[in-house]
Amino acid sequence: MKDIRFDGVGKTFTTRGGAACVVLHDIDLTVQAREFVAVVGPSGSGKTTLLRMAAGLDQPSAGEVRVGGRRVTGPGPDRAVVFQHFALFPWKTVRQNIAFGLRCQGASRARQTVAVDRYLALMGLDDAADRYPSQLSGGMQQRVALARSYAIEPDVLLMDEPFGALDAQTRTVMQEELIRLSRQEPRTVLFITHAVEEAVYLADRVVVLAHDPGRLREIVDIGPTRAAEAWNTRPIHEVMELPSFTHLRTRLWRLLRDQIRPGN
Amino acid sequence: MAGLKRRPGRYESWGLSLLGLGLFLGVWQVLAVGMTAGPQVLPAPLAVIETTRHLLVAPFAGHTLLGHLAASLQRFGLGFGLAALVGVPLGLAMGRFGWLDDLVTPLFEALRFVAPLAWVPFAVLWFGTGIGGPVMVIFAGAFPPCLVNAYRGARQVEARLVEAAQTLGAGPLRIIVEVLLPGALPAIVAGLRVAAGLAWQSLIGAELIVAGAGLGFVMVQAQSSLSPQIVMAAMAAVGLVGMLIDIALRRAEWAIRRQWDQLA
Ligand SMILES: Nc1ncnc2c1ncn2[C@@H]1O[C@H](COP(=O)(O)OP(=O)(O)OP(=O)(O)O)[C@@H](O)[C@H]1O
Ligand SMILES: [Mg+2]
Repeated sequence: MKDIRFDGVGKTFTTRGGAACVVLHDIDLTVQAREFVAVVGPSGSGKTTLLRMAAGLDQPSAGEVRVGGRRVTGPGPDRAVVFQHFALFPWKTVRQNIAFGLRCQGASRARQTVAVDRYLALMGLDDAADRYPSQLSGGMQQRVALARSYAIEPDVLLMDEPFGALDAQTRTVMQEELIRLSRQEPRTVLFITHAVEEAVYLADRVVVLAHDPGRLREIVDIGPTRAAEAWNTRPIHEVMELPSFTHLRTRLWRLLRDQIRPGN
Repeated sequence: MAGLKRRPGRYESWGLSLLGLGLFLGVWQVLAVGMTAGPQVLPAPLAVIETTRHLLVAPFAGHTLLGHLAASLQRFGLGFGLAALVGVPLGLAMGRFGWLDDLVTPLFEALRFVAPLAWVPFAVLWFGTGIGGPVMVIFAGAFPPCLVNAYRGARQVEARLVEAAQTLGAGPLRIIVEVLLPGALPAIVAGLRVAAGLAWQSLIGAELIVAGAGLGFVMVQAQSSLSPQIVMAAMAAVGLVGMLIDIALRRAEWAIRRQWDQLA
């Protein structure tokens, strides 16, 4: 399993008028192997940009990103990305979508079938295997996207608000499923979200970004509490009522609000 | 409802089409019979129909009408197929790779304004007057819409689908074949339809100048043997077959567009 290291990473976009726009400034962050790190921050603080640089879809303007010790220069199947709007191939069935990455790796037919069947079962998608994405609900589409990413057995999972497009109930279900999945198949995860509760519920550590330019504000440790109170084995509504949970949530919410409040 | 012009009903529409055709043939017949110049200048429609029936069984200029049609269709198929086979992949690749775009576009932009028939001298010089010469002229006519539509279609495929494929480990070839091609398919088929029309037009043009068989060749031979009914019969065949080709491709275009709209 690989770790992710951001070393003095900065990103500056040049706008059409030629003006430079500093989106991220001097980010130092390490996501340990098998660790689940969530990133929260105001809109426009560069969360997506951070993730895209780890994915190799954008290049840093300063510093470097290393995954498993190797400098990231482009996208690769050791780092699977789950996008907010799923990005499923509309002309492929669920089965074909999940098998896509395996086919890219040149996996045999037999291995593809085994892996696809396993993830179909794991995500409760058996009945939808031969349907097209347009015939699925949002929640099911996101399950397919998760299955598609997990199926290539990446070392690192990069998720950009994967549940942001889902309704509240579906979202809760998906959060529980993700916990279950990460318990069965621990991976190194960088998880972007707007929702503080989601971050606290899922992550070992939560990174708070400050705005303008985007930079590290604070890192909140959740892991010890999660382990001590065995959150991973309890249903989400129960966890969310624990005093420790509400305490962490409030603390993060304050940090975030300070970023959003004008003049800060 | 949406359009500004009022659409007649289906049967009304058929009726009006037949009426238009009937009026056209009627006026033609009256003119042909009433004119003093005689059938050498304007053969009557009934005479043309009679000639056509005759040409179906009796050879003219070496073949029956169907024989000439077959020769024309063969060249059409070759030229059009070749244009699609080169133009579509090249257009898709140009939509993916900026350097290829820069490499090809200026040349292409200049060449596509050279009318297909302008290639006839070189086509004859390089490929002769049998199959090769006309095929090259058709290729020149059909190639631009194949390339342009594939290119535009590829550019319109959502970037995140390409990125998803990249992060799942897809190489450039797989991205072109499995993401850009299906994503651009409606645009490509629309381009093929336009290309087929242009191919058919340039074919007849080319056959007027080169070739020893084909509908265009029939026209030239008939003209020099002073048989205007035969010229007209060939013209009617060109129009009818061109229309049938267009209808077939229009259906394919509709079918694919409908299916793709459902998937989107
Ligand atoms: N390709 C680009 N060119 C220019 N500016 C960009 C580009 N991509 C992002 N930006 C700018 O960078 C800033 C950060 O964008 P980013 O998408 O990373 O923010 P975010 O934290 O993910 O926001 P949100 O929470 O709304 O998703 C924004 O101001 C955005 O306009
Ligand atoms: Mg974002």
